[in-house]
Amino acid sequence: MHKVYTSIIQIAGDVITVEADGIGYLEIAEISSRRGKSLAQVIRIDEKKVSLQVFAGSKGVSTGDKVRFLGHAMRVSSGENLLGRIFNGSGVPLDRGPELTQDMIEIAGPPVNPAKRIIPHKMIRTGIPMIDVFNSLVESQKLPIFSIAGEPYNELMARIAIQAEVDIIILGGMGLKYDDYLFFRDTLEEQGALSRSILFIHTASDPVVECLLVPDISLAVAEQFALQGKRVLVLLTDMTNFCDALKEISITMEQVPSNRGYPGDLYSQLAARYEKAVDFEGAGSITILAATTMPGDDVTHPVPDNTGYITEGQFYLKNGVIEPFGSLSRLKQQVNGKTRDDHRTIMDTMIQLFASYRQSVEKQAMGFQMSEWDKKLLRYGVLFEEKIMSLKVNIALEKALDLGWQILAECFSPEETGIKKSMIEKYWPQNRQ
Amino acid sequence: MSEKRFGFVTRINSNIVAVSFDSFVVQNEVAYISTGSQRLKAEVIRVRGKSAEMQVYENTSGLKVGDKVEFTEELLSVELGPGLLGQIFDGLQNPLPQLAKECGFFLKRGVYLKALPDESVWEFFPLVKPGDKIRAGERLGFVHEKIFKHYIFAPFNLSGSWEVVNISPKGNYNLKQPVARLKNSDAEEIDAFLCQNWPVKIPIQAYSEKIKPKEPLVTKMRLIDSLFPVARGGTYCIPGPFGAGKTVLQQLTSRHAEVDVVIIAACGERAGEVVETLRTFPELMDPRSNKPLIDRTIIICNTSSMPVAARESSVYTAVTLAEYYRQMGLHVLLLADSTSRWAQAMREMSGRLEEIPGEEAFPAYLESRIAAFYERAGLVRLYDNSIGSVTIGGAVSPAGGNFEEPVTQATLKVVGAFHGLSRERSDARRYPAIDPLISWSKYKSFVEEKIMRKGHEILHKSNGILQMMKVIGEEGISLLDYVEYLKGEFFDFVYLQQNAFDLVDESTPAERQQYVFGFIHAILDSDFSFKDKPDALHFFQQLRQLFRGWNSTAWQSEEFYKTEAEINTALKEKQIKQKEKTHA
Repeated sequence: MHKVYTSIIQIAGDVITVEADGIGYLEIAEISSRRGKSLAQVIRIDEKKVSLQVFAGSKGVSTGDKVRFLGHAMRVSSGENLLGRIFNGSGVPLDRGPELTQDMIEIAGPPVNPAKRIIPHKMIRTGIPMIDVFNSLVESQKLPIFSIAGEPYNELMARIAIQAEVDIIILGGMGLKYDDYLFFRDTLEEQGALSRSILFIHTASDPVVECLLVPDISLAVAEQFALQGKRVLVLLTDMTNFCDALKEISITMEQVPSNRGYPGDLYSQLAARYEKAVDFEGAGSITILAATTMPGDDVTHPVPDNTGYITEGQFYLKNGVIEPFGSLSRLKQQVNGKTRDDHRTIMDTMIQLFASYRQSVEKQAMGFQMSEWDKKLLRYGVLFEEKIMSLKVNIALEKALDLGWQILAECFSPEETGIKKSMIEKYWPQNRQ
Repeated sequence: MSEKRFGFVTRINSNIVAVSFDSFVVQNEVAYISTGSQRLKAEVIRVRGKSAEMQVYENTSGLKVGDKVEFTEELLSVELGPGLLGQIFDGLQNPLPQLAKECGFFLKRGVYLKALPDESVWEFFPLVKPGDKIRAGERLGFVHEKIFKHYIFAPFNLSGSWEVVNISPKGNYNLKQPVARLKNSDAEEIDAFLCQNWPVKIPIQAYSEKIKPKEPLVTKMRLIDSLFPVARGGTYCIPGPFGAGKTVLQQLTSRHAEVDVVIIAACGERAGEVVETLRTFPELMDPRSNKPLIDRTIIICNTSSMPVAARESSVYTAVTLAEYYRQMGLHVLLLADSTSRWAQAMREMSGRLEEIPGEEAFPAYLESRIAAFYERAGLVRLYDNSIGSVTIGGAVSPAGGNFEEPVTQATLKVVGAFHGLSRERSDARRYPAIDPLISWSKYKSFVEEKIMRKGHEILHKSNGILQMMKVIGEEGISLLDYVEYLKGEFFDFVYLQQNAFDLVDESTPAERQQYVFGFIHAILDSDFSFKDKPDALHFFQQLRQLFRGWNSTAWQSEEFYKTEAEINTALKEKQIKQKEKTHA
């Protein structure tokens, strides 16, 4: 027995207010308007006045339309049947498959008890030296790709997803261009990965509010798989669109904005999603790779800024490459001590020298005389960019480390690198000493 | 006790709920909201007419208008008693491992467990006898908790003088068995137990006086101890953009700092970071006691996806526990990571209460709340003349890495040391990324003042020359200036930077810092003869490599002296004179 109400007393933005009794906070309702049916969620209750955000938008909703409360929070079907399927942000199939109603689970469930987490310890190899060597990706990590619009972040995500050793890939698309949606679908299909993937797609032309559900749905489904022992990789693109949708709703609800119009709880909202990344003690894991586009390449913009404080590092994609400065994997230390004993040495030394190279380039650009040392650095920098940094490079970690030593030996004498003697003795290419 | 008071939910906006009531309510009292079979903890934070607004310490999903609310008249409190050390609690002092046993992987809402199990038994040793006069916070006896004597105090909320009527003899007691009976001049009698409750937002002030912090707190981080020291009983803050290494710095400090008890408040930060502490501390040994580090640690963990109202209270919970252990004459270090998340929690609630916002929508009372929090630190002389301290180190996460924002500014006003992390330093992998050019400390170091000053001087000079070189080029400056620049870089590389992943280099005891800084001071103070700039660069590069090796040799080991001799040989080649002999 569901309660039906017809007294819609306010429509503002995509939020409608209806007079109703006995409604639970965050409960789901179905609104039937001349444009069809849409789901809506309770976001504020003030005595009899119940405000709901309408996922399909409020366009065409009339004050006389029926609002039927369903008596539960937002739910989604879970389990093996979802594999290979494509849904929209509310969980409605976009492919020609049947609607699923089995194993319904509530989305946005409670947080994981920190005492039940384990220290992440498994490296995810990607074949990209800028990741494997310098900022290793670790199972259960949450890592965004910071980039400006137009950078190939979706391509990078797809490539990592396909090359990574995971059981299930879940794609949550928010405000995705239709082309990008097709790109993901086709790439996964061509690489034979579609059958272990689930897609929740909200495209740029869909109603904004629906975008808010995508991360929660994707992660709720992922959580079920992880609890069953599966290693799940969740791709979320683009989280900036999610934040903009939050902004829109909070402004509509007349909340006091904090920075640049974003709500004061942006941090908590993002954290509630990203913290779903987990390595369960005695079960599977969720790894989250997200795209965060930075308006104006500004890392201090509230979205990348809050994201950076939540996630375990970030890949900073600029000019088509992963920029070593600004990129960081906070969990790399958990794994890069166990790969090869020169991993950390190569990582630190090459980056420090590359920083010096950047300074020399600056000096050169200003027309200063290049010292012998500058010249060495310039040579090194070019080699580094070409052989290590380029996203075209696709080699195993060990190969990349060997390559690192070769480049160092080609450009410097051992003491110029500042590497400890014991390491030099073990790894410095002999023919060049 | 008056009869139970009830109210009913009228409005719900995320975690802020308005409740109508009939009789009266108490500001900041705890209430429980019943929804279905669950009872959700909440706190009254504003009263208007017959409506009280409450912050709910849980997710409010499914809450309805008309749900029943039961007021308790108690302020949000924590349990203080033996058994806290080694524990991990959420912001409301629920023990998380026990919650996990009860509820599995997820934090089920509405489940509250006792912080200290009533049935736990401790051997009590009395310190007073019947007839003794006693006041709040004086010692009745003690039990042994881990390596400490855990004193049992007369309740902190007593006023005036009380007389011991009864004291239990030495023996085993649980937390529900009284160990003493006290009586005041009005013949009012109370029982004292091994554990007591205390409201978190009120400081424990049962000591004779607060004294000025002067003794350095050794963190074993060279950059901190030698240049920007922290004092026992002092306060310091670590603001920095994300990825600059605040948390790593806090973790290192929690492991190496020379204090008795460390309380870690993981406030609104990543769960993963707490897990690391949680899982590694039982295995890491504390060199001071040869016991696992976890034995001297308490973790208060309210990570970013846990309820935001509990995040607000978590720093108070942490500081209350710190004050409690200070009361035993111990030195306690509270590391709060991050106070910005706590401030943001206040902002979220303030926004939902529709209060008039201050700067960046933070509430107007932000500054006073921050000041009041840091003021709970301090070095105190207890009634029995022993000394205890609470040192607070707060990480700050400024939006956009910009230190001009309200939380950083409000914090800087009230702390005694500022360790500012910079993105440039962390990008250049110069860890710890504390920027020596902007940081400051009002406390005294164990390093000689003259040597410390030289250190600061060379860094500023070196940076000045670097800035000049950026404008006029390397060729535009004299060899002498170039050498000064290299000295600054050298000092940074071999002394300020510390390799957190090298077993020796990650922590440098005070004695070694004094020795090595003295040694380096002699180098910084020397003149050298170089052919040209490349010659100088090469020399310092070589020196740097030797020093790096030196830093990872064990203190006063054979290797240590061998490397020192190598360094001396290298120095002899180029050193012409040392301006002033400072080190034997």
